[in-house]
Amino acid sequence: MGKAWKFGDNLNTDEIIPGRFNITIDPLELAKNVFCEIKPEYAKGVRPGDVIVGGGNFGCGSSREHAPIAIKGSQAKCVIASSYARIFFRNAINIGLPILECPEAANDVEEGDEVDVDLTSGQIINATKNKTYQAHPLPDFVLKIASAGGIVSFLKEHDIQELMS
Amino acid sequence: MGTLVEEIFSRKAGRRVKAGEIVLLDVDYIMSHDNTTPLAIKAFREIGKPIRDKDRIVIHFDHAYPAPNVLAAENHRKILDFAKEQELPHLYKQGVCHQVMIEEGYVTPGSIVIGADSHSNTYGAMGAFGSGFGSTEIAVAWVTGKCWFKVPETIRIELHGEAQNGVYSKDVMICIAGLLGMDGATYRSVEFGGEYIDNLPVHERIVFPNMSTEIGAKCGLIAADEVTINYLESETPARGPFERIVPVNPQYERVIEIDVSIIAPQVACHPDVDNVKPLEEVKGLEVHEVYIGTCTNARFEDIEIVANMLKGKKVNPFVRVIVTPASERIYRKALKNGLIEILMDAGCTVTATGCGACIGRHGGILAPGERALTTMNRNFIGRMGSPLSEVYLASPATAAATALTGRITDPREYL
Repeated sequence: MGKAWKFGDNLNTDEIIPGRFNITIDPLELAKNVFCEIKPEYAKGVRPGDVIVGGGNFGCGSSREHAPIAIKGSQAKCVIASSYARIFFRNAINIGLPILECPEAANDVEEGDEVDVDLTSGQIINATKNKTYQAHPLPDFVLKIASAGGIVSFLKEHDIQELMS
Repeated sequence: MGTLVEEIFSRKAGRRVKAGEIVLLDVDYIMSHDNTTPLAIKAFREIGKPIRDKDRIVIHFDHAYPAPNVLAAENHRKILDFAKEQELPHLYKQGVCHQVMIEEGYVTPGSIVIGADSHSNTYGAMGAFGSGFGSTEIAVAWVTGKCWFKVPETIRIELHGEAQNGVYSKDVMICIAGLLGMDGATYRSVEFGGEYIDNLPVHERIVFPNMSTEIGAKCGLIAADEVTINYLESETPARGPFERIVPVNPQYERVIEIDVSIIAPQVACHPDVDNVKPLEEVKGLEVHEVYIGTCTNARFEDIEIVANMLKGKKVNPFVRVIVTPASERIYRKALKNGLIEILMDAGCTVTATGCGACIGRHGGILAPGERALTTMNRNFIGRMGSPLSEVYLASPATAAATALTGRITDPREYL
């Protein structure tokens, strides 16, 4: 169970982590400045198990992987949004940041709600509102990457062709 | 038969592919730069497998080059040491990555070029599939030579008519961004065509695929034609025969028809690319900096437009006017043609090529409360420095007119 941190539509990569902080690739260093301009209380207040809840087109903008890495580094459990910008979606999967697509939860969950997420089933429980939501299932090959903990771990053990089989 | 992206992918896959399918394809070139390569190196080391084909890797030093601080210098060191260790043959310090990729002939019709930069969509201007990826996928491509793609649905944008004097492809593209919105083409391929595009030179065409990123597109494509082939043969080392891949009985998700002749100069206003207004509505707004640069609009012809408008005049002394040519090749040509002297005489600051100002890294950072009018493609909050500054996007001509007055100004008053 963790607390929800709520963000709006079209949250861009500069808002997740401004370009000037991207001189490091250390997840913990990046996490110190994650959301610093739009939710400065986040970096200090976030606890392991907390959940980021965004709107539509989450993570639009730059291709910088620093954005999902900064979120992962902050110990948030996952991101829930109604939709994702394409590069952010790929990057999050590739680096092993769990992301769920669930418009219902994205609309309904409010800042501070107590939320529990089952990443395997995609079930999201909002204890504050006493509601349950079901996230869209991820495509098979994306699940293969996600369950390996990211594309790097996947490739250590497998040939890339196995993604398609 | 298919849309342009389906045709390009089908050619590569050796079979018919359709929108919605997932394909694993060989890529022709893998681009990364000083901002994104360090993370790719880290992922490469973790994967622990060798590079598949060094010749397909192209690395640019442009985002923080020359190094504005110690950390940037450390990044450069890391990349150069890696390149030396792996004996990578294609390293460039000659300008903004996307411009150099095209100039150096890496981008040809029908090819697949992936880049660790969101504006890799730019390559679509040459009829190539270009798209942006994160650093980890770049490392995956270094090792496997491949990348997975979901074949996207296509939005076709048909541009008819002739633009008015003082209206450029940038104005048309800003107008499209306003119409579609910043998530209007998410996951989609956007095909730009119609007689307006047919008659457009390459340097103006580039703006459309380049800014297709800003409306969420996976790629922005213009089918290669005579104009493309002539450009490749005369301006780049790329040599044919080039495949002229075109859409064949395509099924589009949506077709948008636009008459460009009714478009006036446009401005994308702070803080979103789709906060678009006709220049008329923001005319007179004070600016503190004018920036002419980036992968969107700092080509020779852009600089020529600006120089022609500033020739024999002085820019507003209370405005910083910065011109950053998109590449060294452009810089040299502008020097040779006397454009740099005209710009300097007018009071512009001409900087070395690179991306620094556009990402708020160096070479034109904004203070709190400042407003810039730029030829960039992106105006997120804090993009050029202080989160309390504002960025407006427009054509090079609008930038030049604004540089003279210190207020957002219609370029048609000075043409």
